[in-house]
Amino acid sequence: MKQFVIFVKKEWLHIWRDRRTLFILLFMPIIQIVLYGFALTNEVKNSRIAVFDQSRDEATRAITGEIGASRYFNLVKNVYSYQGVEATFRKGEIRLAVVFPRGFRYDLLHGNHAQVQLIADASDPNTANTLTNYASSIINNYQQTLQPAATLPYTIKTQVRMLYNPELKGAYNFVPGVMALVLMLVCAMMTSIAIVKEKEMGTMEVILVSPLKPFRIIIAKTIPYLLVSMVNIASILLLSVYALDVPITGNLGLLIAESIVFTITSLSVGILISNTAKTQQTAMFTSMMSLFLPTLLFSGFMFPIENMPAPLRVISNLVPAKWYFIIVKDVMIKGLGFTAVWRETLILVSMTAVLLGVSIYKFKIRLI
Amino acid sequence: MEKENVIVTNELTKRFGYFTAVDKISFAVQKGEIFGFIGANGAGKTTAMRMLCGLSLPTSGTATVAGFDVYKQNEQIKKNIGYMSQKFSLYEDLTIRENIRFYAGIYGLEDRRIREKTALLLQQLHMEDQQGTLVRALPLGWKQKLAFSIAIVHDPAIVFLDEPTGGVDPITRREFWSLIYEAAARGITIFVTTHYMDEAEYCDRVSIMVDGRIDALDKPASLMQQYNSASMDGVFLQLARKATRTEDLIE
Repeated sequence: MKQFVIFVKKEWLHIWRDRRTLFILLFMPIIQIVLYGFALTNEVKNSRIAVFDQSRDEATRAITGEIGASRYFNLVKNVYSYQGVEATFRKGEIRLAVVFPRGFRYDLLHGNHAQVQLIADASDPNTANTLTNYASSIINNYQQTLQPAATLPYTIKTQVRMLYNPELKGAYNFVPGVMALVLMLVCAMMTSIAIVKEKEMGTMEVILVSPLKPFRIIIAKTIPYLLVSMVNIASILLLSVYALDVPITGNLGLLIAESIVFTITSLSVGILISNTAKTQQTAMFTSMMSLFLPTLLFSGFMFPIENMPAPLRVISNLVPAKWYFIIVKDVMIKGLGFTAVWRETLILVSMTAVLLGVSIYKFKIRLI
Repeated sequence: MEKENVIVTNELTKRFGYFTAVDKISFAVQKGEIFGFIGANGAGKTTAMRMLCGLSLPTSGTATVAGFDVYKQNEQIKKNIGYMSQKFSLYEDLTIRENIRFYAGIYGLEDRRIREKTALLLQQLHMEDQQGTLVRALPLGWKQKLAFSIAIVHDPAIVFLDEPTGGVDPITRREFWSLIYEAAARGITIFVTTHYMDEAEYCDRVSIMVDGRIDALDKPASLMQQYNSASMDGVFLQLARKATRTEDLIE
């Protein structure tokens, strides 16, 4: 046990002496949270739009006023021809154009089939979709205020309630995502590199000749990274609660316990990689290819898994981060208890057992 | 009077598939002896040494190290040997003192003993003033001497040195060998592989490996006489010329 402690201390010294890496490890999650939280948001605000009003009547002015007043849009230009609309799009000045045809108000009141054209820059399809939806709903609202009494005999009114995230904040999605990504990276990539480094330096051989048990060596190497991960979890949670107003709805203890389970899964992945990699570069590359990208792509944090073709959906099941992402969302955002996430937890635990089993089997006490 | 043997091998063999890296080697090393293990690259030195250190399991044959069987008593062997690899084996980002503490610590030395040993070792190497220096900043020769002193910090019965003086200037090599003599005088058996034939002459006895076999084993002076050569260089060349292997297939 004393030898074990000495080893952990030594490992800690490696991390402590390499200030630059330590700095990156501790600040990466903070920077990611800040980036996703404030800069890389996919919420639509103040999109620049233009209006091509061929009717110029009371109704079109009212609708234009409503749209311009909304926090989603910023009316930057009035254009007077379709050529003008196209030119403005080409220059990239606007994301959306609203076109009212001639005689809009007359059609609205008499013909009952008034039309508005929404032209969106669909080179960014998601934003285009969002913008047209917002604009349509503003126009619908106007219609309702115009004819409150005109109740049709049969109407279906949809009432939408956004559960768990009424303000539709992106942070509710990316905080769990960043947690999964950071833990995977710190635990798996850093430990695999740390182990392979000793092989490369030749110190692993000397340690293996010593009476230390090989598997204890590996465990000792992972412990400092486990601690770093705990600090990261704390900083992510504090930031999300106090800077991004994402509350921890569920049980904090459960959230931390689940995070520890996932950390151990990640550490086992790292150990497995270190078993096969011979150089630090290989370890780094294997980690990037087998962890970073799949975590980003298949955790469900960036791209919805439901929309993927079946083979990719199957692959996504092998990515531990996917399950952890679900757990964090359920516990942290939805406030669910262990009964809701036991299945995912079981999957993580089984993955860990398999990974560790394979690692122990493959880990060579004798080098050749 | 015959001294006790600390390493005894009998037809020790290691095969990797069809390739026989070490071919039925038999020899004995006495306590306190400086035993040179010489051979061209790929002759099987490193593989033989790894089997004796418990890093690699023999294919056949028998061997005991410090009285323990290499097949079964691996853990006891590890407690009784020291090892210095041909790759430089200290932690560059740790200080001299931290390196000593770590290696002494993993061999289970008591704290008080570690302190005594550290002081003694620093004094021996005249490194008291540098004890807080990162190993990275030391000249190669110093690192090598430090690595050797650390390999024997737990007073092992045997220390295995795998090409310990690679890339070091002749003066530092001499200083390194004086450390080896001191250790041998304290009763530590030295098992050393080397490329340098002048170093072979410093050994009590030398074995020369060719293609996995031990082709010659005797005192350097006797070998020179036997092969009618003025230096170990000549002896080695005569033997190595017979080799058919060129590259080390294992590394």
